[in-house]
Amino acid sequence: MIAKSEKMDALAENIVEQHAIKGRSLWQDAMARFVRNKAAVVSVVVLALITILSFVGPLFAPWDYETIDWGTMGNAATLGYPSIATGHYFGTDDLGRDIFARTLQGTQISLTVGFLGAAVAVVVGTLYGAISGYVGGTTDNIMMRIVDLLLSVPYMFVLILLLVVFGRSLQMLFVGIGLFAWMDMARIVRGQTLSIKNKEFIEAAIASGVGSFTIIMRHVVPNLLGVVIVYASLLVPSLILTESFISFLGLGVQEPLTSWGALINEGAKTMQYGVIWQLGFPLAFFIVGLFCFFFIGDGLRDALDPKDR
Amino acid sequence: MFSFIVRRVGYAIPTLLILIIASFLLMYAAPGGPFTTERALPPEVLKNIEARYGLNDPLPVQIWNYIWNIVTNFDFGPSFKYRDRSVNDIISQGFPVTLTYGIWSFIFAVVVGLTLGIVAAIRHNTAMDYTAVGISISAQVLPNFVMAPILVLIFTLGLFRLTDGQYYLPGGGWNGGQIEYVIMPVIALSTSYMANIARLARSSMLEVLNSNFIRTAKAKGLSERKVILKHALKPALMPVISYLGPAFVGMATGSVVVDMYFSTGGMGQYFVNSAFNRDYSVMMGITILIGVLTITFNMIVDIVYAWLDPRIRLS
Repeated sequence: MIAKSEKMDALAENIVEQHAIKGRSLWQDAMARFVRNKAAVVSVVVLALITILSFVGPLFAPWDYETIDWGTMGNAATLGYPSIATGHYFGTDDLGRDIFARTLQGTQISLTVGFLGAAVAVVVGTLYGAISGYVGGTTDNIMMRIVDLLLSVPYMFVLILLLVVFGRSLQMLFVGIGLFAWMDMARIVRGQTLSIKNKEFIEAAIASGVGSFTIIMRHVVPNLLGVVIVYASLLVPSLILTESFISFLGLGVQEPLTSWGALINEGAKTMQYGVIWQLGFPLAFFIVGLFCFFFIGDGLRDALDPKDR
Repeated sequence: MFSFIVRRVGYAIPTLLILIIASFLLMYAAPGGPFTTERALPPEVLKNIEARYGLNDPLPVQIWNYIWNIVTNFDFGPSFKYRDRSVNDIISQGFPVTLTYGIWSFIFAVVVGLTLGIVAAIRHNTAMDYTAVGISISAQVLPNFVMAPILVLIFTLGLFRLTDGQYYLPGGGWNGGQIEYVIMPVIALSTSYMANIARLARSSMLEVLNSNFIRTAKAKGLSERKVILKHALKPALMPVISYLGPAFVGMATGSVVVDMYFSTGGMGQYFVNSAFNRDYSVMMGITILIGVLTITFNMIVDIVYAWLDPRIRLS
């Protein structure tokens, strides 16, 4: 007979104490992959810093975004240079307004437009696409034809037309951007829904008598989240670009409020007089911000796209 | 194939009609007519002016006349702001300019973008790949309205000068389309599209190069050149082709900024000016013209796509 050895005892104890291997959810998996992407993580940090700075910074700035410093007004090139001593950290523009405060204020507006617009597009586009894809048949056909039709409209021109006809305001800009941003989302979501709708768990839900709308909200939409998040992360910078484009033309955000596009426009006009900081600082924020968004989008796609695994 | 083309054209026409009617209604709904000025006109005068522009007809008649004139005579009506000019005059003045640098930008974006993307994919994970990816990522955050001031800063405001103190390029103007006036608009307009094309071409080429039929082609001993040119290129270009439609539209709309910034005198400049002047008929005319171009171009891209890929036209 084999003697009871200490080794065996230890083994027996170990077997008893052994726990099941802890499962990892899709999201934990994705999170781990995202964290491994250094560019994306750095971008998240930088973007968070920019966001916090744009909301907190104005509290500490000695000048606000519309107050005119009469001392430098009209002499921006010689007196309005960036300096700590005068309190104009980024210099002033030709009207003597503080570029630091204006850049932060513009950052606020640009980020808000990007995130809010993307949020609207996500909600509308996801619902539209999920309903169209899930219901199928004639409904799907009609709904998608409408999207195709709207997509072939030169939206930048129509957006400008809208802004001119109904007056230039931030609200109208939101409405105009929102009108067009959801359509790509709807198409992508519909494509995904078509493949989800034939899965067994949907069949099970139908068999147990769950209503169509509940199935869409409880079973289809949560399974779409990966695609939606990836696409939304790319939508934010493209909306910021749209807003900047419109503001660059002077049709978007109106004075004294400002945004990245409007600031770049003003800076581009005055740079030939040597007021290079009026272009440089907003441009730097713009480029760094967009870089971050694109890197984050890439990181999210690598993390959530099952195709690349 | 024929039925596919018919179906595709069948979609294009109602789309166009809806665009025209929608923009007409938008203009009709605009608060304050085009002739509202600070000094109120006597009612009779206003009535006469409105009769001259056909604004006192019932709405359906106005829309019908507008569409009829466009379809039969390609006539977009008179400008509301400049009495001696019609929308057609303005378009015929601006459109050739826009078209010139638009086509150059398109060619530039496609050629450079494709080359970058394909080279990056073939030399995957080498220094060449990283350079190409770096270029395309940086170009993506430099849309035309950012590129324009940067280019001016570099070439006209003195970061680069010729030895005799002359600047390299003129800061604006058109001058009949001389080459040195075209360079900056073309670069400004095409960079971000070039970047997108490069990214698309790279990722689809990578995907194709990893597929089974390429492995087969390599296995049976074809040279790399032949594998790429005869087998990999066509399927890899498909996603790029479907992007060309939006890219073209982007370059047409991007001209708004380029025209404004470089004073090239293209359509975008007239569009923005009429936007500030509330000259609705000019805005509508340009919007519809761009709409026609957009829809036609998307249609051509779809047809080419279906011609290259039988799966599309048979579905």
